[in-house]
Amino acid sequence: MMKKLAKNYIISAVVFAIFILLLVIFPQNKTIIVNNSLKYLFEMILILPAVIVLMGLFNVWISKKTITTYLGKQSGLKGSLISVFLGALPTGPLYVAFPLASSMIKKGARISNIVVFLSAWACLKIPQELVELQFLGWKFLIVRWTLTVVFVVIMGVVIEKVLDRDIAPA
Amino acid sequence: MDISNTGVMINLFVLVSIAISLYKSREKTILAAKNAFKSLVGMMPYVIIIILCIGMMQGFLSKEIISTILGENSGFTGVLIAGGLGAILFIPAIVAFPLTASLIDSGAGIMIAAAFITTLTMVGFLTLPLEIKELGKKFTLLRNLLSFVIAMVIAIFIGVLV
Repeated sequence: MMKKLAKNYIISAVVFAIFILLLVIFPQNKTIIVNNSLKYLFEMILILPAVIVLMGLFNVWISKKTITTYLGKQSGLKGSLISVFLGALPTGPLYVAFPLASSMIKKGARISNIVVFLSAWACLKIPQELVELQFLGWKFLIVRWTLTVVFVVIMGVVIEKVLDRDIAPA
Repeated sequence: MDISNTGVMINLFVLVSIAISLYKSREKTILAAKNAFKSLVGMMPYVIIIILCIGMMQGFLSKEIISTILGENSGFTGVLIAGGLGAILFIPAIVAFPLTASLIDSGAGIMIAAAFITTLTMVGFLTLPLEIKELGKKFTLLRNLLSFVIAMVIAIFIGVLV
């Protein structure tokens, strides 16, 4: 963990060195490069600390137990929508959700709900959506959310059908 | 709505959330602050790299070049390229959004942006072994493959609608 962190800081230092080098070699491009970097830097300073704090709050207030209590066997649209909601709440990278999903399947959760849950965890996370709102706007966000929910629910049903057919005795 | 207004509203929303959390439990809020600090430390290198790359990209790649490769007219090939990149790369979503915005700024199409974001978050090439270990080969391959396919479909719909 610490090693990976150190590696990432070293990489960013290297990128910074390249950045400075390019500014020295191509002084005519300096204004565009610096202005654009600064523009995005300011926008990120405006929003990232707030979002990271919000992620911390979600982490503390929404326990894994909350998720496992509600992510269950409800079938149909209701089950899917609950799974979207539960997947969008907790924070953390997707690989954190794999063991959770695995234990939920063992406890009898429907495959379709698990697929929807993992997808929502990946790309509909509420705190990170605030960053999408800031940088890409309302319209993009709403259309992407709606389309994603629709297709992810269909995907859940398809994967469940395929896996159930395999598990069923021939 | 103006961009800076959105930013201000988000900060207000988070401030209210902190206040409610503090009112409900001081200990949990302190724990949340510690969590947040840890993820900030982990996130910083990504933020630095993305900010520097955005500047260099806009300084050296002209709008013409970017819109040829990733613009609205790059068609399905552009969507496939963006989707493939998103599947392989491992960038935290919260810095991926500004990166995508800067690509749009420099001429990339909205379709391409949607493909990139969707595969980046849903398809995990690097985490495949981990997913297979927890959920099995069949589940993992189906999920990643179908996620890639629906990312393409979502991108095309967004290209039409937005």
